[in-house]
Amino acid sequence: MGSEEFRLGLRLGLPYATVGFVLSGSFGVLAVQAGFTPLQAILTSALVFAGSAQFAALAIVTGGGGVGAALGAATLMHSRFLAMGIALAPSLPGGPLRRAAEGQAVVDASWALANRGDGTFNRVLMIGTTIPQYASWFAGTVVGALAGDLIGDPAKYGLDVLFPTFFIAILLAELRRPRARLAAIAGAGISLALVPFAPAGIPVLAAGAAALLGLGGGHGGTEETEEP
Amino acid sequence: MRLSEGEVWLLIGGLVVMTAGMKAIGPALIGGRELPAWTAGVIALMAPALLAALVATAVFAEGTDLGVGVDTVGVAVATVLLVLRAPLVLVCAAAMVVTAALRALT
Repeated sequence: MGSEEFRLGLRLGLPYATVGFVLSGSFGVLAVQAGFTPLQAILTSALVFAGSAQFAALAIVTGGGGVGAALGAATLMHSRFLAMGIALAPSLPGGPLRRAAEGQAVVDASWALANRGDGTFNRVLMIGTTIPQYASWFAGTVVGALAGDLIGDPAKYGLDVLFPTFFIAILLAELRRPRARLAAIAGAGISLALVPFAPAGIPVLAAGAAALLGLGGGHGGTEETEEP
Repeated sequence: MRLSEGEVWLLIGGLVVMTAGMKAIGPALIGGRELPAWTAGVIALMAPALLAALVATAVFAEGTDLGVGVDTVGVAVATVLLVLRAPLVLVCAAAMVVTAALRALT
């Protein structure tokens, strides 16, 4: 079944895998700099495999926030995968366990590419698209985590601007929807207003309240982004 | 960062359970059913709200102080290039070079 589609998926995944390598490399460097051991940084990418959640958690702890705030921000950031998994569910065969396992192959780019646009998904293509992204996400983190010990202060090389840049890249894709623009402005406003008073990590967490602007807004969909 | 090695393990464990669980719930349990309409609207806006907050605090906050720094310039350059639809790898390289050069000069 579908080995042609699987190979097509592998090919389609390559450009995203290239970007993922650079981003996960910077994750490795910054995580080690923030106090992760290289093993911890590598295991995070191997087991979590979610760029936005990993960088959100890292941004919070780098800013002085605790485990709870970091997990909270990562969870809110990751909540879109709940909606993506629900949309995908009818296209997956087998029992609940097998469907849950195949659901792990969802990353933004793969999900968007596998979407046939009629409510069904090409699961073989999706899994094929995810494989090179997973491999490069892992490999990039290994390189970054091991190099992170050697290069000293990452700020000297401007590495600290990579995760805001990564977030802006995903954000710009989201901003095609007018309501998302309002939510972005409100989220930024809430967080900056709280910075002088609130403990580290809380301003970003509180910005999640801006998503309530989506109440009654109906279906907003999940736009294609470039994040594994 | 103020986390101990043990707290980092706790964070990693929490992230693994959370991300895997979030991806598993839909396929395993909710297959074929729809969530209430209001949840779709809120979930769709969660990413832009949080992304904007993460960018704003990374760029304009230093501890509890607000202000601009060299990194603000680097991220501004990146934003302009992204709006012009430059490839992400190129944008990352440009942002790093600008930031590193300004840091070396100042």
